[in-house]
Amino acid sequence: MQNVKRSAHTPKTQTLARLAKLNFLAFGIVITIFPFVWVALMGTHTRSEIFSSPPPFYIGDNFIDNYYKLLEIMPFWLVLWNSLFISVMGTIGAVFFCSLCAYGFFAFEFRGKNIIFTLMIASMMVPPALLLIPFFLTVQFLGILDTHFALWFPAIANAFGIFLVRQYMVTAISKDLLDAAKVDGASHLRIFLVIVLPLIKPVLATLGIVMFIGLWNNFLSPLIVLSSPDKFVLTLALRSVQSLGDSPWGAVMLGTFLSMLPLLIAFLFFSKQIMAGLTAGAVKG
Amino acid sequence: MQFVGLQNYITALDDPWFWKSLYNTLWLAIVSGVPQHILAIPTAYILVATLRPMLRHIISATLFIPFITSTVAVSMIFYSIYSANTGILNQILVGLAQVPIIGWLFSWAPDAMPIQWLTRSDLLKPAISAVVIWKYTGFNILVYSAGFMTVPNQLYDAAKVDGCNRFQLFWHIALPMIRPFIFFALTLTIIGNLQLFEEPFILTTGDSGGIAQSGLTTTYYLYLVGWEWLEMGSASAISWILFLLIALATAIHFFFNGKQGMEGHR
Repeated sequence: MQNVKRSAHTPKTQTLARLAKLNFLAFGIVITIFPFVWVALMGTHTRSEIFSSPPPFYIGDNFIDNYYKLLEIMPFWLVLWNSLFISVMGTIGAVFFCSLCAYGFFAFEFRGKNIIFTLMIASMMVPPALLLIPFFLTVQFLGILDTHFALWFPAIANAFGIFLVRQYMVTAISKDLLDAAKVDGASHLRIFLVIVLPLIKPVLATLGIVMFIGLWNNFLSPLIVLSSPDKFVLTLALRSVQSLGDSPWGAVMLGTFLSMLPLLIAFLFFSKQIMAGLTAGAVKG
Repeated sequence: MQFVGLQNYITALDDPWFWKSLYNTLWLAIVSGVPQHILAIPTAYILVATLRPMLRHIISATLFIPFITSTVAVSMIFYSIYSANTGILNQILVGLAQVPIIGWLFSWAPDAMPIQWLTRSDLLKPAISAVVIWKYTGFNILVYSAGFMTVPNQLYDAAKVDGCNRFQLFWHIALPMIRPFIFFALTLTIIGNLQLFEEPFILTTGDSGGIAQSGLTTTYYLYLVGWEWLEMGSASAISWILFLLIALATAIHFFFNGKQGMEGHR
């Protein structure tokens, strides 16, 4: 069928082009995947095997030793729990409060609404690196340095989430529906919980995905907020074992691999939703 | 706290490390930014124009994986890959020199060993850029795929009737149609790349910007000044200057590309 369509090309150049295209894509995929395969392999080797030549392109038998070594150099499960706790609290909080606030922007008319909404969107333009100092000073002022609270609580009200949910509400919910519910005597809280929330489930999933991945991978704010090793999150704990003298690379690489594993597994099952979520702003742009 | 006028700004502008960090930031922003798009646009076009949706999804999802993994974890992996004496990259280069046909391309490799990717001031920035390109190209491919999918098929058909070949279809039909997407993706790259922190920080083990400060980006320096040296005042001045730099770069981008970028939109 295709041959007929593209009769302008001779079969020979066509096969060549096809071959080049496939090689190009295959090369890209190999480059993309290789570091992940490599880290998984290294997690199963001893230090001397990793540093041997030729490099060990096979699954080693030192996994158990590396695992115990990993527990020696950092409290891995505690740190994993810290990451999970912060990510889950921040995600649940953000999904609830952002949709609540978005409902406010969607359902109510009040003076200065447009100005507040514009200001909120403008705040999204401020590069995160620049918010570091005000964030740190606020946390310090509130006396919540070195707590997990300082990491997940500020995340629950964020302009991106409110904007995302509000935009979705505009397309998914008709004002008539709200009016009908009001005529029936439903309070705003009831309308929000019973009518609006079920209708905006898809965007809540999107927001949840974006929040969870962002919080799980977060490094800069834990770096400036947390100081005691038993409160560290995964990213911070990994960095702290990076420059140990005589680094046990097998154990460090095992820890690195395990820290990525939850998101990788989630991506295996929900790749469509995750990709749509993380490009939400872009694709609608 | 006491009022010191512009003292913090003067300190920052007098500081050779600060100027170095600005230079590094701009260098990295360009070298790690441009290739992302040069790679992503043709890849996205190939994916959209020639592959079935199922295969397209599998490939673009695979290329997207680096984007969802933590930058710290990824940089740790590359830290070991770049390792001079035993890193897999150097071993692969030596290995390639022994492969029959393409070996001569890499014949320089065995003599150059060990290549100190992360502890040579001329190689550190390219090494950092490679990680950034590796991590964000998949995201751009996704954005551009969405762009190419908005191009109506009739346009291609009409152009084919007029005798356009494949390349002309890409260059004259598809590319102009995705201008808004290029504009948007470039904006994200500019803003993101001017704030690079985690990649250089991990690859230099957080040690004052690596050899001769050649990996010191402005955000990295901001962190060192504010949290290692506890000079919040100077750090604030640096962050304002960085803000101006980002605003300026974005404004220049909007000025030159904005009109065309927005135009395909409405």
